[in-house]
Amino acid sequence: MPTLEVRDLYVSVDGKEILKGLNFTVNKGEVHALMGPNGSGKSTLAYTIMGHPKYKVESGDILFEGKSILEMKPDERAKLGLFLAFQYPVEVPGVTLFNFLWKAIQSNNLDSTSPRVSKLPRSIVDYKKELIDRIKNLNMSEIFIYRPIGVGFSGGEKKRMEILQMAMLKPTIAFLDEPDSGLDIDSLKTVADVVNSIRSQDLGMVVITHYQRILNYIKPDFVHIMLDGKIVKSGGPDIVEKLEQEGYAWIREIAAESAD
Amino acid sequence: MQATKRKIDIDYTKYDFRDEVKYVYQSKRGLSREVVEEISYWKNEPEWMRQFRLHSLEVFLKKPMPTWGADLSEINFDEYIYYIKPTDRQGKSWDEVPEKIRQTFERLGIPEAERKFLAGVGAQYESEVVYHSLREDLMKKGVIFVDMDTAVREYPDLVKKYFGTVIPPEDNKFAALNSAVWSGGSFVYVPKGVKVDFPLQAYFRINAESVGQFERTLIIAEEGASVHYIEGCTAPVYREDSLHSAVVEIIALPGSHVRYTTVQNWSKNVYNLVTKRAVAYEDAFVEWVDGNLGSKVTMKYPAVYLLGKGAKAEILSIAYAGAGQHQDTGAKVIHVAPYTTSNIVSKSISKDGGRTSYRGLVKVQKGAVGVKSTVRCDALMLDEFSRSDTYPYMEIDEELVSIGHEATVGKISEDQLFYLMSRGLSESEALTLVVLGFIEPFAKELPLDYAIELNKLIKLEMEGAIG
Repeated sequence: MPTLEVRDLYVSVDGKEILKGLNFTVNKGEVHALMGPNGSGKSTLAYTIMGHPKYKVESGDILFEGKSILEMKPDERAKLGLFLAFQYPVEVPGVTLFNFLWKAIQSNNLDSTSPRVSKLPRSIVDYKKELIDRIKNLNMSEIFIYRPIGVGFSGGEKKRMEILQMAMLKPTIAFLDEPDSGLDIDSLKTVADVVNSIRSQDLGMVVITHYQRILNYIKPDFVHIMLDGKIVKSGGPDIVEKLEQEGYAWIREIAAESAD
Repeated sequence: MQATKRKIDIDYTKYDFRDEVKYVYQSKRGLSREVVEEISYWKNEPEWMRQFRLHSLEVFLKKPMPTWGADLSEINFDEYIYYIKPTDRQGKSWDEVPEKIRQTFERLGIPEAERKFLAGVGAQYESEVVYHSLREDLMKKGVIFVDMDTAVREYPDLVKKYFGTVIPPEDNKFAALNSAVWSGGSFVYVPKGVKVDFPLQAYFRINAESVGQFERTLIIAEEGASVHYIEGCTAPVYREDSLHSAVVEIIALPGSHVRYTTVQNWSKNVYNLVTKRAVAYEDAFVEWVDGNLGSKVTMKYPAVYLLGKGAKAEILSIAYAGAGQHQDTGAKVIHVAPYTTSNIVSKSISKDGGRTSYRGLVKVQKGAVGVKSTVRCDALMLDEFSRSDTYPYMEIDEELVSIGHEATVGKISEDQLFYLMSRGLSESEALTLVVLGFIEPFAKELPLDYAIELNKLIKLEMEGAIG
């Protein structure tokens, strides 16, 4: 049974259809790259899987370990082990990451029976120690964990805080929505190093990106190309190279041919 | 998530209990010259105060009701009891306080807070202060912290010099009312150069139905002195409305520092119509930290008159309005002297049809050069039934000044909630966190125990109350 399976998914936002019959499967231990031009629906897929109320599933299904999650709220999905590293993380004035994440970990500790929970810190002392270790690995000062979430952070700092949360929450399937956008090359390497360090047989990852660059550091097992709400091409890492050389034109041709 | 009604409630049950107490005396309903004379008689006051009261009554009767602000049309002045004397004497230790009343304050946690971190405590029950204490070392330094009635008797010179000078009876109808029937409240005097290291606190409790509470507070900080005064207020819920109309006057002499913290959590049938004003002389610093969670209607605009060069004012407030509540609150700063600065931060939350209004005035008089003032008001509405308005007035008669104003009105953001929920927080946990984050600039200015209490109040009914 696949860990996460998306079946013939149609999704609309504010009455506009974005996903148009998307099929996709990801298992623990795998790293997938999801590529495609702007507006092809990559982020929509991630938001829909996480359960954002604005994204309306018209038909199709999303299954986690064989069970539909469509009726679940975002927090219930998180407790299953789903995670989304946001492309544009929000700001929450007055709320520190330290307090918020500890609350989140406690919620996860409480309700989930999955084996991943055993890896979450139990006490606030263990939590703090792990959090500080991990933020240092991201080349960030620990003072960031005591600042209000996102407020006054640079784009790169926000992205790294997303990776930090992923590392702490130890999800089963994680979507990384453009973790590379807005990062300079050094930050990109740092983020990639941390992501690679948490790659394991217990974690399936989907890296959403426009560019090949990050995939030089985070090597995907599978690559998918999205166009107009569907995955039109799937394969191995070799696709990335061809995409980088030839752009999306040849993909459009393939899509057009298969539509005929 | 969109369709569910978001519910945040302040938990009032903790404060909603009433005692069967036999009173020593209570005036009959309604306001008259006779009632005013009776109050003065029971207090055994000097003639000048009796005359002040009678004059104020005339001012009150002549002044029309305010036609702006909250709806006060349901107030019937004939329905209230203006004076209740709960006990014959004031306790210097809690043992001397009648048992029922002592239990009330124990339930409210006052003696415990006193032991932990207060330098002095006053406890007012209905119209009279039933308990008063001040740390001995502060007494020896000449600090005075007594109820206002005692001050009139024992410190007539100080009282005569300052009483009614910052807020005369003519100021507004409710200041006139208070001046006519005032009873209880605090008198604080801090001598030159003395710093009171721990807060002084007064707690005001209304217990009976249809009662009016009209405490009168006067704080005088001499040159270079500093003091933090905290005030808390609660009442049980009755069918009939109650009226709370206080007057608070602060005199901050040169170089002094006065901080006045209030968290009012009156029950939702109390009209809370309060006049609070400070005057700050050269290099003095006055802070109002003003929290409004309870009451049916509150109209309160803490003010600072910056009279001396370099004086400073900070006014930080939160208002929370649930079903049936209207918090019409704000701040006033009058820059009279040059190089004075003011900073106003106001946060309001409305839900379930509650209404918050920010009403503020920044005035800079001609000649007050080098003035700096910033105003920031943020309003958060938790549903589409609630309302928030902002009335920021500016009267700037001097050009060489720097004035900033920023206002935001927002609904709770779906993206914020989604973000927090995507990490495993339930919707109510996420909402609680956003709201606590919103009021954090206020909470962090409270003494720790009060901040914890405030957070608890907001959390309590939110958890599990959604959907």
